Amino acid sequence: MNWTWFHRLGSPPHVYGFAARWAPWFGGAATLAIVIALYGGLVLAPEDYQQKDAFRMVYVHAPSAWLSLMAYSTMAVAAAVGLIWRMKVAHSAAAACAPIGAWFTVAALGTGMLWGKPMWGTYWVWDPRLTAELLLLFLYFGYMGLRAAIEDPQKADKASAVFAIVGVVNVPIIKFSVNWWNSLHQEATVMRMGKPTMNFDMLWPLLLMFVGFALYFAAVVLIRLRAELLRRERGASWVRGVLA
Amino acid sequence: MRSGAGAVARLVVERDLRLAFRKPSQLLQPLLFFMIVATLFPLTLTPELSRLRDAAPGVLWIGALLSSLLALEFLFRDDAQDGTLEQFALSGQSLTWMLFAKTCTHWLLSGLPLALTAPIAALALGVPADAIWSMVASLALGGFALSLLGAISAGLTLGARRGGVLLSLLTLPLSVPVLVFGADATQRAIAGAAIAPPMYMLGAIAVLGVTLAPLAAAAAVRIGLE
Repeated sequence: MNWTWFHRLGSPPHVYGFAARWAPWFGGAATLAIVIALYGGLVLAPEDYQQKDAFRMVYVHAPSAWLSLMAYSTMAVAAAVGLIWRMKVAHSAAAACAPIGAWFTVAALGTGMLWGKPMWGTYWVWDPRLTAELLLLFLYFGYMGLRAAIEDPQKADKASAVFAIVGVVNVPIIKFSVNWWNSLHQEATVMRMGKPTMNFDMLWPLLLMFVGFALYFAAVVLIRLRAELLRRERGASWVRGVLA
Repeated sequence: MRSGAGAVARLVVERDLRLAFRKPSQLLQPLLFFMIVATLFPLTLTPELSRLRDAAPGVLWIGALLSSLLALEFLFRDDAQDGTLEQFALSGQSLTWMLFAKTCTHWLLSGLPLALTAPIAALALGVPADAIWSMVASLALGGFALSLLGAISAGLTLGARRGGVLLSLLTLPLSVPVLVFGADATQRAIAGAAIAPPMYMLGAIAVLGVTLAPLAAAAAVRIGLE
């Protein structure tokens, strides 16, 4: 198998060029997917017989929640690659993922609260899923806080990478413990959307929205990655060539 | 020359114990802190023992967690400042083992004494006398898991400015499982129910911690020393 593509990923100018070429494509595809999915979800999909139009919040809420986890996994994988193969570009990619993932988490929590008010009658319940999402946000904050607190960029890369990996090991345990905790303290009185009962007219915009969000995530990571590479390599000759 | 891992671990434990007993105030501070936190709850919630009893597991475990965070600052800080950790890393012995020994000593000096002083606070919070030993056992086991987890974040924050708040920010989300199962065990003990299920979970977390945490802590300390 030919591994040159992998080695090229270790070269900042190569990745910079790659990101510059692909970010608009991902961004364009994301816009297209999100616009179609919004039309499908807000206009074409029938209203829910119980939740009426409020259920449409799911088209933003669920993809945000999925992406919040996907961004964390992406960040941890990039961090592990950076740690194992000592790739600076991978560390930059991990750094680029964190704020976007944190924003997806905030979006998932925020839209969940807005949906919860009319549906549950309260903005917040200590539901295991909500609590786990909130803890995920704290993990993102911890990661970014650690990165910001260490001045030497290489040390910051490695220390935050260790934390991201420790977090990945811990997330399933946290999830499990929170489920355990909730089963003791509170009976499930909350209304929940059953996935299998969702009909196709409602489902396809959701799936398309997920694809759109994932593409958007890719586009923003690439843009942030370019900025991160420029900042880190500001002394390098290729940067002068690019910016000239 | 590489001597046996057990012998090295014993030396580290002996050294840390000796150093710790030369600064008894450092040992007492987390315990005092815990007692004060536990005292504040009756003052803010209610002085009624029957209602305090419901809140007792939470009070005891949050107090234990905060006090263990306070003690974590002493785990590596002095040794990093005077260069001891550097000597550890350069000694040719397994850094993982030495840090594991340090972490166990840290538990002996903070987690275990805390579990043993907790009955005073627990009785004051209305925990029935029958439940005391189960509670001590859960705090001791959970405290061990907290020390192991804390060693990772203490290692990670070695190279950071403003280490204190960051240490809490990193440790608190990671320690949620310990807190959940620990408080559950204490709650069951107070209710007179079997505490085995959450204790098994705490044990499982501690075993996982013994397996992985020293490796992560050693990696973190190496990064901090670079």
